Amino acid sequence: MYYVDLAVTGVSFGCMYAMMAVGLTLVYGLLRILHVAHAAVFALGAYITVLASNASGSVALGFVAAIVVTPLFGMAIYRLLYEPLLKYRPDVPMIASVGLLVLMQDAFRIVFGEQGITFHRNTLTSRTFNFDGITVSAVQIAIVITTAVVFAALHLFTTRTRIGIGWRATVSRPQMAASFGVDPIKVRYLNFAIGSALAAVAGGLVALLNNLVDPGIGFVVSYKALAIIVLGGLGSVRGTLVASLVLGLIEAYGTIYVGAWLDRDAIAFLALIVLLMVRPQGFTGVRTA
Amino acid sequence: MSAYEISIVSIIGINVILAVSLNMISGFCGQISLGHGAFFGAGAYAAALMMVGTGSVALALGVALITGSVLGIIVGFASLRVRTDFLAVTTIGVNFLFIGFVRKQAWLGGEMGISAIPATGLGAVGNMIMILLFACATIALSFYISRSWMGFAFRAVGEDEGAAATVGISSGAYKLAAFGIGTALAGLAGGLYTFFTQFITADAFDFILSVMLMAMVVIGGIGSTWGVVVAAVGLTLLPEAIRFVNDYRLLIFGGLLVLVIRLAPGGLAAMAQSLVLRWKRS
Repeated sequence: MYYVDLAVTGVSFGCMYAMMAVGLTLVYGLLRILHVAHAAVFALGAYITVLASNASGSVALGFVAAIVVTPLFGMAIYRLLYEPLLKYRPDVPMIASVGLLVLMQDAFRIVFGEQGITFHRNTLTSRTFNFDGITVSAVQIAIVITTAVVFAALHLFTTRTRIGIGWRATVSRPQMAASFGVDPIKVRYLNFAIGSALAAVAGGLVALLNNLVDPGIGFVVSYKALAIIVLGGLGSVRGTLVASLVLGLIEAYGTIYVGAWLDRDAIAFLALIVLLMVRPQGFTGVRTA
Repeated sequence: MSAYEISIVSIIGINVILAVSLNMISGFCGQISLGHGAFFGAGAYAAALMMVGTGSVALALGVALITGSVLGIIVGFASLRVRTDFLAVTTIGVNFLFIGFVRKQAWLGGEMGISAIPATGLGAVGNMIMILLFACATIALSFYISRSWMGFAFRAVGEDEGAAATVGISSGAYKLAAFGIGTALAGLAGGLYTFFTQFITADAFDFILSVMLMAMVVIGGIGSTWGVVVAAVGLTLLPEAIRFVNDYRLLIFGGLLVLVIRLAPGGLAAMAQSLVLRWKRS
C-alpha cells in the first residue's frame, strides 16, 4: 500500500510538473530561448487565481481570471523582452529573463507580503478520498484530470485544426510555413498565450494544493521545469509529459531510498544527469508543437 | 579602510576570479555552464577541511584548486556527450546535486556548514591583498590564454566544432582543458572565500550565485576579459550602491539587469567598441 501511496504522490507531482513545463517547451521549440521568466508567469497565475477567487467567492472564476490575464502578460514578455533580443546569442535573452524573474518575485513580495496570501474559503485543499486504504486528495485528482484534459486538447488542437497545424509547421520549418501563408509572428503570440495560460492553470492548482501563494512559489519552476524540458528532448510536448511523470515518480521513490544522502532537488537532477548521459538528446528527438 | 570596505573589496576580488574563470569556459570555449557555484563551493569546502585539519594556507589553496579542477574535468566529460542547452541544464543539475549532497553530509557540517575555521594569520587586510593578487593573476592568465594558441583553439571550438575539427583542433581535449582551468580557478576562489569568511554553508554556493556569475559574463560581453571584470565589479557593487532603497533592492536589481541587457545586448565590451568606432569616425 505504501508503494501505491508513493506512486499517487509521484504521478500527481509529475502532472503538476508537466503543466508547469509545457509552456516552457513550447517557447523553446519555437524560439530556442530558455524562458526562465515562465516561472514569473506561473506565479502571476497563482496570485490572480487566489485574488479573483477571494473577490468573487468562486474558485472557478479565479481560474478563469488567471487564464484571461496571464496570456497578455506572456505576450508582453515576448514583445518587449525577447523580440528585440532574438538576433543575439541565446544566453542574452536568458539572462534578461532571469532579471525579469528576480524583479517579478520581489514585486510580488512587496505588493502581497512575505507571508503570501491564502484562499478565504477553500474546501478543496483539505478534502480527501480513501480508496481501499490509499488516501488521495481532491486537489491531486483535479491535477491529474486537468493535465489529462489539457494534453489531450493540445494534441487535438495541433493535429486537427488549421491553426494548430500551421503552428506545428512553423516550429519545424519556419520558412516553408511562411511561404504557405502562416504568419510566424502570430504563431509566436499564440505560442506565448497558450503556454502562459497553461502555466496559470498550474499556478492555480499549486495554490490550491498548498492553500498558499508566496513570493517564492515560482522559484522551483524556474529550474525544475528546465530540467524537465531538457529530459523530454527540448521542444517536444510528448517528451515533456513523459519526463515530468518520470521525474515525479523518481522524486517520490527517491526520497524514501536515498533521502538520507540527497535532498529532493538533488535526486531529480541526479536522475537528469544519469539519463542524459545515456540519452544526450533527451527522451525524444522528435519535435511536435 | 573600514572593515566594511575591506570586505566589499575582498568579495569583488573573489567575484572577479569567478567571473573571469567562467568566461574562459563559456566565453572563450562556448560551453555554457550554469553550475560554476558548485566548483566554487567544492573549493571552499576542501579548503575549510584542510584549514581545520592542518591550518596550512598554501596546502588549503592547493587542495581547493585541485578539488575544483577534478570536479570540473568530470563535468567536462559530460560536455563531450551533451551540447548547448542540454549542457547548460546539466550544469544546473551539477549545482543542485552539489548543494543537495553537502546539506545531507554530517562530515561537511550538513545544514549548519563548517564554522570556526582557523584564520590565515594575515589579518583582514592581508587576506584582501592576497585575494586581489590572485584576482590580478587570474586576469593576466585570461589575457595570456586569450592570445595564445589555446585561446584560438577555444574560440574555434566555441564558434563551430565541425570547422575546428577540419583544421585539426580536437574539440574534446580543448573543452576538457577549458573546464579544467576555469574550475581550478573557481576552486581557488572558494579557498580564498573560506579564508575571508571562516564560516561556510552550502547556501553560499547555490544556483542563484551561478546565474549571477553568468549575468556578469553576459553583461560584460561574453568572451571579453575586460568587459567581464568591469561587469563583475559593477554587479557586486550594485546591490551595495542601492542599499538606500533597502526594501526594493531586488526589484531594482532585477529591473536594471533587464534594462542593461535591453540597452546593451552585446554586453559592455560591444558597447565600448561601438563608442570607440564612433569617436574615431568623428
